[in-house]
Amino acid sequence: MYKFLLCSRYLRTRYIALASIISVMLGVATMIVVNSVMSGFSTQMRERLHGILADIVLEAKSLDGVPDANWHLARIREVAGEHIAAMSPTVEVYGMLSFQYAGGEYITRPVTLIGIEPESKAQVGTLKEHLTNYQATLDDDGNVVEPAKRSMDQVPDWVLNKDEQSARLIRARQRQLFGRSLIQGPRAVESYDPMPTPDEGGAIPESEAAADPTSPATFVNPFDDDAARTSSKSEDEQLADMAAPLAARVYVGIGLVSYPYQNRRTGKVETAMMVQPGYDVQLSTVTKGRPPSPAHVSATVVDIFKSGMSEYDSNLVFINLEELQRIRGMIFREVPDDPGTEVRDITAVHIRLKDYADAATVIERLREAFPPNLYSVHTWEEKQGPLLEAVRVESAILNVLLFLIIAVAGFGILAIFFMIVVEKTRDIGILKALGASSNGVLTIFLSYGLGLGFVGSGIGVLLGLVFVWQINRIEKFLTWITGQKVFDERIYYFKEIPTDIQPLMVVWVACGAIAIAVLASILPARRAAALHPVRALRYE
Amino acid sequence: METPNRQSAIGVRQSVALPDAHISAVAVEKSYRKGDHKIPVLRGVDLAVRQGEFISIVGQSGSGKSTLLHLIGLLDGPDVGEIRLESDRIDDLPARSRDELRNRVFGFIFQFYHLLPELSVLENVLTPLMIRYSMFDFWKRRRQLRESARELLDKVGLGHRLTHKPSELSGGEMQRAAIARALIAKPEILLADEPTGNLDSGTGGEIMDLLRTLNQQDGLTIIMVTHDELIAQQAHRSVRLAEGRMAARGEAA
Repeated sequence: MYKFLLCSRYLRTRYIALASIISVMLGVATMIVVNSVMSGFSTQMRERLHGILADIVLEAKSLDGVPDANWHLARIREVAGEHIAAMSPTVEVYGMLSFQYAGGEYITRPVTLIGIEPESKAQVGTLKEHLTNYQATLDDDGNVVEPAKRSMDQVPDWVLNKDEQSARLIRARQRQLFGRSLIQGPRAVESYDPMPTPDEGGAIPESEAAADPTSPATFVNPFDDDAARTSSKSEDEQLADMAAPLAARVYVGIGLVSYPYQNRRTGKVETAMMVQPGYDVQLSTVTKGRPPSPAHVSATVVDIFKSGMSEYDSNLVFINLEELQRIRGMIFREVPDDPGTEVRDITAVHIRLKDYADAATVIERLREAFPPNLYSVHTWEEKQGPLLEAVRVESAILNVLLFLIIAVAGFGILAIFFMIVVEKTRDIGILKALGASSNGVLTIFLSYGLGLGFVGSGIGVLLGLVFVWQINRIEKFLTWITGQKVFDERIYYFKEIPTDIQPLMVVWVACGAIAIAVLASILPARRAAALHPVRALRYE
Repeated sequence: METPNRQSAIGVRQSVALPDAHISAVAVEKSYRKGDHKIPVLRGVDLAVRQGEFISIVGQSGSGKSTLLHLIGLLDGPDVGEIRLESDRIDDLPARSRDELRNRVFGFIFQFYHLLPELSVLENVLTPLMIRYSMFDFWKRRRQLRESARELLDKVGLGHRLTHKPSELSGGEMQRAAIARALIAKPEILLADEPTGNLDSGTGGEIMDLLRTLNQQDGLTIIMVTHDELIAQQAHRSVRLAEGRMAARGEAA
C-alpha cells in the first residue's frame, strides 16, 4: 500500500520526473506517427500495385506467347474455377511510342505495350480508377471544375468521347483543305490560314502525322494527283474516313506524354499534355516468329492512364488486344475464311480470386496444370517482391532506429532515478526502520518506473494519434510557416499524406516504451533496496 | 586473570537469565570499516531491560550508544554477541522475520523525526500499518485504522494537524507525529534516539512527559539514548557507555 502511495506522490511531486515522461512521450509519439505514415504509404502503394497487376498472373515465358486464349481460360476454369472471380487474357510486349510535338519534332519513348480487353481487365483489377475520363477535374482546393466524362458504372471500352471525336473531325477537315490547296496551286493558300489553330494545350495536330507514311489509314499523298482525282468516294465520305478513329486504340500512361512546367503567371507547377485523347500516335513493336521483325501501327489515343505509380505511368501503353495480336501476327486461322477456326496467342492471363487467401492453393493447381518450362505463375506480391521487401526492410530499420530514441529516454530515466534514490536515501532508511522489506523498497521504484512509462506512453499515444489525425493540417501549417512545400504532391503522387494506424503497432510501441521504463528503473531500484538502513538514516 | 570488564559482563549475563528480561543485548561487539581500518564501536556490551522498564543510555558522541540502539532494534546486526527478545535470539533471524519484528515489536523515534516529506501527518502515522497490511487488507480496514491513527494523534495533541505536511509543523509537533507513528503499530518496546536532542528544553520536557506517561499508563518498555544527563535522570535507570564499553551506573532517582 505504502509503495503505491509513495510512488504516486513521487510521480506528482518530482518535477524532474516530468523530463523522463516527456522523453518517453516524444519517443512514443514519433514512432506512432512515422509508422502510421509509412504504413499509409505502403498500403496505398500496395493497393495500386495490386490493382494494376491482378491477384495472380499466369505468364508464358516467351514474349511470343502461347496459342489459344480460349483454351487457356477454359483450362484455368477447369483447374481452379471455384476460386476465380474474373480473368483477363493479355499480351505483353516491349515497344516504342512516338508522337510529334510542337515544332514538329518526334518524341520516341520505350514502352511496355499491354494488349487488353478493357471489359475483362476492369473486372480483374483497377482500370477505370486510373483513366482520366472517369475522373472529375479538380482545382487546388478540391472543387470540381469539370465533372467526369464517364460515370464509374460505365464499362471501359475503346470508343472515343463525342467532343474528342468532333475535334478530330475539325482537324481532318482542315487537313483536307490544306491538302487540296497544295494540289490546286498557291493561289488558294492565301484564302485561309494553312496552320490549324491548336485547339488543345500545346499539342500540334497530326497534319504532319497524316503525311507520315507509317500511318496508312490517314495517308493522303498530296502530290499524287491521280489518287485525289480518281477517288471514287465523295469528299464527305473521304472526310469521314479521315476523321474516324484508327483501328488501334490506346490508353497512354500520363508520364509518357506530359511534362511539368511552371506557370509564369501563378508560379504554380502544372502538367502540360503533349498528346490528348483523340490524337494519333505511332507504335512500333516486334512480330512473333523467327526472326522477329519490326511492326508498326498508328493508334488513336482514347484515354490517358494515371495510376500514381511513376513506374507504370511512364512505361505502360494499353492497346486493344485484338489489334496487338493482329500486328504481331498472333492470330491464326486454320481455314482462312472461317473465323470459327481462329486461334489467338496470348502471353499472360490475369486472374482475380474470390478470396485472396486461396492464392496458394490456386497457384499450386495452376503450376500443376501448366508446365513450368513454358509458364510461370505468380501472385502480384511475388512479382513485386523486391520492391515490397525493400519497403518492409526500410520500415523495419526505421523502427529499430526510432526505438533507440525511446532507449535513450530509458537512459534518461536511469540517471534521473539514481538521483531520486540518492535524494530519498533517508526516507528509504525510515521505511526500513518501520519494517519495510527490501523487496518493498524495490517495488516502490519499479512501480515508479512503470508509472512513468505508463503516463509517458499514454500521453505519447494520444499525441501521436492526434498528430496522425491532423497530419494534413499540420503539413499545411508548416508549409505556411516555412513557405516551402513540405509534402510535394508531384514527388509522392498523393494529394494528401496517406496514413494508416494499425492498433497492434500502437499497442506494441506503448508496451515497448513501458518495458524500457521499467528496465531502466531496475538498477536504481536495486540500489535503493540494497541500502543499509543505518547508513541511510545517518545520510545527510 | 580476568579483567573487571569481563567480570561485569558475566554478571550481566547472569541477569539476562532472569525471567523478567524483556529485551537484552549479550556481549555484543560491533565495528565499522573505514577504508582498511576497522574502527571498533562496541567492545562487548551487555544490557538487559525488564518488561515495562524505562531506561536511558548516556554517553558522549561516538561512545556507541546509537549503534547499540540500532542493534537492539535490528537495524543492524552485531559482529559478535546476541540480541534476545525475552529468551529468544532475534539478531540471526532471516531478513523477512527481522522486518516483521521491526514493524510489530519495536517503535522508533529519531532525533530528526524522520517523517516522510511527501505524506501528510495522518499518512505518516499510518505508514507502519500500510507496511504491515497488504493493499487489500488495508483497504478493508482503512476506516478503523484511520480512526485509531486519529485517536493517537489526539492523544499526542496533534488532532488539528491531520492533513498538514511535516514541513508545515514545528519541531515539537513533528516529534509528536513521530511518536504517534511509533505507537500506531502497538509496539512492545519503544526505541528513542535523542528524542529531545533537537528541541528546546520546554518542548523537550513535554516530549519527556509524554514518554513517561506512555511508560506508566501503557506499560511500554522504553530505551532512550541521550547525551543529556538531566533528561537521562527522568528514566528509571540510566546506563553509561564510554568507548564502546558499559560503565558502572546506579539506579536513577
